[in-house]
Amino acid sequence: MGLISRMSTVIKSKVNDLLNRAEDPRQTMDYAYQRQLEHLRDVRRGIVEVVAARRRLELQAAELKQNTSKLDDQARRALAAGREDLARLALERKQAALQQIQSLDPQIAELEQQQEKLSETEQRLTAKVEAFRTQKEVIKAQYSAAEAQVKIGESLTGLSEEMADVGMAVDRAQEKTQQLQARAGAIDELVSAGTLEEIAAPSDTVERELAKITVTQSVDRELEQMKQQLGLPQPQPPRQLKEGE
Amino acid sequence: MIVRIANEGQYRVDSGALDEINEIDSRITAAMARNDGAEFRRLLGQMVEVVRSRGKPVPPHEIVESDLVLPSPDISLDEARRLFPGGELLP
Repeated sequence: MGLISRMSTVIKSKVNDLLNRAEDPRQTMDYAYQRQLEHLRDVRRGIVEVVAARRRLELQAAELKQNTSKLDDQARRALAAGREDLARLALERKQAALQQIQSLDPQIAELEQQQEKLSETEQRLTAKVEAFRTQKEVIKAQYSAAEAQVKIGESLTGLSEEMADVGMAVDRAQEKTQQLQARAGAIDELVSAGTLEEIAAPSDTVERELAKITVTQSVDRELEQMKQQLGLPQPQPPRQLKEGE
Repeated sequence: MIVRIANEGQYRVDSGALDEINEIDSRITAAMARNDGAEFRRLLGQMVEVVRSRGKPVPPHEIVESDLVLPSPDISLDEARRLFPGGELLP
């Protein structure tokens, strides 16, 4: 069985569910119209949720950026005070924050896309609902005619299909939003606990080790630069103890 | 022939395009069975493009039933798998 026939079957079974609710086609039409309005509200609520999730991630990215300059400052102060160990720790955290910022960007872009899609869906659905409302009144007025019966069937099926499609789109957007919200919550917790690395670390062992090396290298490089800027001695030869140290 | 692209809208497509669509559909099913996500996305994009380029959009005020429904081109392999009962791809 192909993907198309499977997808068509899924939509058709949703359509049948909707159509089997009422016996009198006129009632079914009113019912379908009400459901359609509910769907429109769902779509609008979906847009609000996606926007909220996007704002949250954007805020988080901004906070993380702020965090990196704070950690940078801490590293500088630690170095100036001769605490290279502390400086290294601060820079490692800064690297983790930078990685996190990088992973947030595509997620924000994805939510933007979802928002755009839902807005298009809303426009399309608004037009369909309006068309259906007009048709419904016309059909109800001439219900006795056999031709009208056929029309009821056609437009009801067509509209129900639209509803099934929109319903699936809203479900998908909500699922995505929830996933990203859960992730945003996890980042918030880890940021406040100061252990961002756990999230940023890839699950694969080799990848994790390689990532560690990259982090160590960037931390080393940054330490060198900071030392230069602060006019501190370079580490090549072990630092000689001055008198009184 | 009316073809719906999920989450996008309906198109009126001449039935000559059906062979092309079916052919891509069977390659998509094969890619799913191989678990080849990249190929799956590429073919799905290709199939949707056939409908978009060869079809004419059904105007919003027209309410008609579709003959075929294509999934949204941005669904993942996992999401597609969930369309099948039990997540299995049986011929």
